[in-house]
Amino acid sequence: MNTLKNRDVLLAFAIVLLIGGVAARFPAFVRPGNLVNVFNDTSPLILLAIGQMIVILTKCIDLSVAANLALCGMAAALMNGMGVPLPLILIAVVLMGGALGAFNGLLVWKLGIPSIVVTLGTMTIYRGTIFLMTGGAWVNAHQMSTAFKALPRTMLLGLPVMSWVALLAIALFFVILTRTPLGRSFYAVGGNPHAAVYTGIDVGRTQCIAFVISGALAGLTGYLWVARYAVAYVDVAAGFELQVVAACVIGGIVIAGGAGSVIGAVLGALFLGVINNALPVIGISPFWQMAISGSAIVIAVALNATQNRPKGRIILKEVEPT
Amino acid sequence: MEPILSLRGISKSFPGVKALQDVQLDLYPGQVTALIGENGAGKSTTVKVLTGIYQPEEGTITVAGEVVQFANAQAATDAGVTAIHQETVLFDELSVAENIWLGHAPRTRFGLIDRRAMRDGARELLVGIGSSMDPDLRLGDLGIASKHLVAIARALSTDARVVVLDEPTAALSHKEIHELYDLVETLKAQGKAILFISHKFDEIFRIADRYTVFRDGQFVGAGAMKDVTEGQLVQMMVGRSVDQIFPTRTPNIGPPVLTVAGYDHPTEFADIRFTLHQGEILGFYGLVGAGRSEVMQALFGITTPSKGAVRIDDKVRVIRSTHDAISAGIVYVPEDRGRQGAIRGLPIFQNVTLPSLSRTSRNGFLRLAEEFKLARDYTQRLDLRAASLDQELGLLSGGNQQKVVIAKWLATKPRVIILDEPTKGIDIGSKAAVHEFMAELAAEGLAVIMVSSEIPEILGMSDRVIVMREGRIVDEVTGDAMTPERLVRAAAGIAEAA
Amino acid sequence: MTQQPHTARAIPDRLQSPAVRALRSWESILVAVAIAIFVTNSFTSPYFLNAWNLSDATFNFTEKAMIALAMALLIISGEIDLSVASIIALASTAMGVAMQAGAGVPVLVIVGVGTGVLCGAFNGILVAGMGLPSIVVTIGTMSLFRGIAYIVLGDQAFTGYPPGFAYFGQGYVWWVFSFELVLFTVLAVIYWALLHRSSFGRAVYAIGNNATAAQFSGIRVARVKFILFLLTGLMSGIAAVCLTSRLGSTRPSIAAGFELEVVTMVVLGGVNILGGSGSIPGIVLAALIIGMVTFGFGLLNVPGIVMSIFIGALLISVIALPRLFGKR
Repeated sequence: MNTLKNRDVLLAFAIVLLIGGVAARFPAFVRPGNLVNVFNDTSPLILLAIGQMIVILTKCIDLSVAANLALCGMAAALMNGMGVPLPLILIAVVLMGGALGAFNGLLVWKLGIPSIVVTLGTMTIYRGTIFLMTGGAWVNAHQMSTAFKALPRTMLLGLPVMSWVALLAIALFFVILTRTPLGRSFYAVGGNPHAAVYTGIDVGRTQCIAFVISGALAGLTGYLWVARYAVAYVDVAAGFELQVVAACVIGGIVIAGGAGSVIGAVLGALFLGVINNALPVIGISPFWQMAISGSAIVIAVALNATQNRPKGRIILKEVEPT
Repeated sequence: MEPILSLRGISKSFPGVKALQDVQLDLYPGQVTALIGENGAGKSTTVKVLTGIYQPEEGTITVAGEVVQFANAQAATDAGVTAIHQETVLFDELSVAENIWLGHAPRTRFGLIDRRAMRDGARELLVGIGSSMDPDLRLGDLGIASKHLVAIARALSTDARVVVLDEPTAALSHKEIHELYDLVETLKAQGKAILFISHKFDEIFRIADRYTVFRDGQFVGAGAMKDVTEGQLVQMMVGRSVDQIFPTRTPNIGPPVLTVAGYDHPTEFADIRFTLHQGEILGFYGLVGAGRSEVMQALFGITTPSKGAVRIDDKVRVIRSTHDAISAGIVYVPEDRGRQGAIRGLPIFQNVTLPSLSRTSRNGFLRLAEEFKLARDYTQRLDLRAASLDQELGLLSGGNQQKVVIAKWLATKPRVIILDEPTKGIDIGSKAAVHEFMAELAAEGLAVIMVSSEIPEILGMSDRVIVMREGRIVDEVTGDAMTPERLVRAAAGIAEAA
Repeated sequence: MTQQPHTARAIPDRLQSPAVRALRSWESILVAVAIAIFVTNSFTSPYFLNAWNLSDATFNFTEKAMIALAMALLIISGEIDLSVASIIALASTAMGVAMQAGAGVPVLVIVGVGTGVLCGAFNGILVAGMGLPSIVVTIGTMSLFRGIAYIVLGDQAFTGYPPGFAYFGQGYVWWVFSFELVLFTVLAVIYWALLHRSSFGRAVYAIGNNATAAQFSGIRVARVKFILFLLTGLMSGIAAVCLTSRLGSTRPSIAAGFELEVVTMVVLGGVNILGGSGSIPGIVLAALIIGMVTFGFGLLNVPGIVMSIFIGALLISVIALPRLFGKR
């Protein structure tokens, strides 16, 4: 775990450097209010990155998270239109997201279909379902109740509720991953599936649970997203899954599974969040975002690979100094 | 004394193979029972039945007088049976303490994992087996011997009554092996019943109290070690006396074919120099991990050495890829045939012609008739049994798959053939056939290198033996000097007895 | 050696003739499905059985199918390229830039195809050269390549390609046979020969089945994989020329979602998603089937996004059904 910690420190340092660099030209960027904004803007990415990270730990990938988010967000908006009370909506989106994740997970577990194929397929199915539900219509701000829109922006102790949700998720999953048998089994399944069987862990079932977690987080984020931006339509968060994967890869989550941490995923998400927020401040078009997260993925995966390269057996006792 | 664990009438089969047939096994508290048998005798399957990975079709498992069934690995652990496997099955990314407690970690009042208790418990268990290892170390940073200690600590953490040690010394150094023996004594003193699986007779005679012998998936015999001799055990294992196994041959050694000089690799081996002659079988002996396979793989272009020269027929050849090696006339029959040799999803004939495609194709286009001809010639010569040449390789038995892999290499018309542990994991009958065949190849003028960890095979087949230790050549022996004692001493680094 | 009196029994080369084998294959199921869809479509819509309508229908799949040919080889070898649609976007953007600089038709084609090859080489270096996992690398370049297109274009579009450029996506070689269809046919024959009749194709199968054993058999695994990424980039470049010519404009969102349809085509065509098996005739049949279904849905006025649900469900069920019934 020590190497990971070193990596986390480096990444945190890079984020501070980034913020400092922007602040040197635009001091307003580091005003507490703005930093809160940056964190709040990054909250959806953090939530999804935590879920994705758990899925990746188990040697899978979930490309359907953004579509799941959009579908649950639309469902929340429609339920709100039907007058369903907010607490019920919250429970419903989490359950619905979890169920969509379970659908992915069951296909991976019971039929052994590679997760990339399953989620590439469900990504379009979930998004297409939004169209079937609405016929392509938008749900706009004036069609949403005030309470529905207000919740994510409500300030509690100086932070909006959306940020609190992200902080709670970070704490909750940090504890789950480091302090519960379930958390250990995610690492075991990805790190050495063969050995996991010997330890009495069901690999497929664990992978399925990871998908359910990722789905439930996407469902919850779906409500937060739609309520905060006060609009729901078919293309909400289109392509967001790429940013989520980017956050994980930047955060040092090893794509082959078995290694990574909640802190890493959060730092990866913050790294992208800071960049995305800094771009307009320093006057770069937001159209750069996509290319930046793309190159971040490529650079991070190359760096991860050089770090994790096997060292060989090292048979010779005295290695000549070179 | 009553056995703590008994197997009776256990049978287990896989498609096409009867792995275990009506076998029995008894393990007694405070005693070490050695399970002995050739590769393929059913030892690994037995371990998997004991640990709940496989469920037998017939027979009973009795633990402390109660008939039990192990539906999965957890059930076996709960019943107090635990195993330390050949390739230690642990998790590199987790800490030592986490590895020890995975699956049964101590909990706090809130149901969370109690990290402090975990760390303290791990330290205590490790101290109990004589190790002062830091429980917070990442497992991936440890050596194999330390990983074994962790595995044993893990076994103890489950309050195991039965500990299975599956070839625990295979990858250990001399010193580490002795530490392991001490540990086994500790476990015995604690009253654990130990099942010890090993190929090494000296080891078995040193630490085992009882033995059980399997042959071809069947029970052959059991008893106390003090009532048996090495010869009797070998007799039971192979069902015939050993000295008949190797073909008699009159070597016809010709001019040098392969000369290797000053071959160095930054981490795996250094200063390797030897000459190989036409018609010669050169044995490479050493302990597992002595660097023999690494040298061979460098000769075959899989890893590139940092310096050194390879000459074939006095011409310097630069080998940077397997492609270069094959065109230079060197071929390598790998130890791990399933992973590195056989391509199970492809038909037999395509497996045979794969390295020879440049000869069977024209301008990059395949000529199927040529391919079938080449495949037919070489598979016939090896007496392959198959329904047709376009059958998928994976459908053949292990022995026949190996024949195809060897045919593949012979079809390239090599000058030098390197066989890495050529008889590992195959039955006695096929073993003799492989030895016969090696003798034939040498007689036809091929230069043969055989890497083997089995002393009888090395002595029975080689014209000359090179011994490696820790990445260096430490001895070279021919003729009457080729004695088991000399090889073992050189390989283990023990000085000549005064 | 063969003259030696040997006890070995002669092993026949083949038990089944290639024809019998073909009848039992996945491809013959695809032929049956294709015929069934053809008949159904002819009954449900009076507009289906018309040479020009059918010709129009081929535009639904030709560009994707060209990429699917190369993607099939890549997936058989055990890798995948999810960046193909983004390569089209970048190649099309590059052509737009060249067009604004006053480039003529030949230069436009070279720029489009060349950009595709460069993108393929970039993926190839990362995957084959550095040994990185292709799924993540191409998820990254998927974002990177299209991201560059967005940087160049923002919310703008390139229009006004020279008139001669329209031929590639809108021209006809003879009667109802479009340039795209003819090009696809020629490419399919070339890929068939490459995969099924050349030693390169044999290496692709060997790598997909067992890359380590292939390397031990003297196959230059990294080189073969690099070439496969190069080919996938090349085909994406060619598809970019055709698509840009057909649409007559470049937007950064061009060809969005193509990667899904290409992968679906490859999987429907019988290529094992885990590598090792598959055939070019299967890809061609899968392309025809998807093309006809899209066309049929179009005639019934089914919206495009519903079509994509169908594609997604098809992708999963093609793999799931045989596993559910234990056939493969």
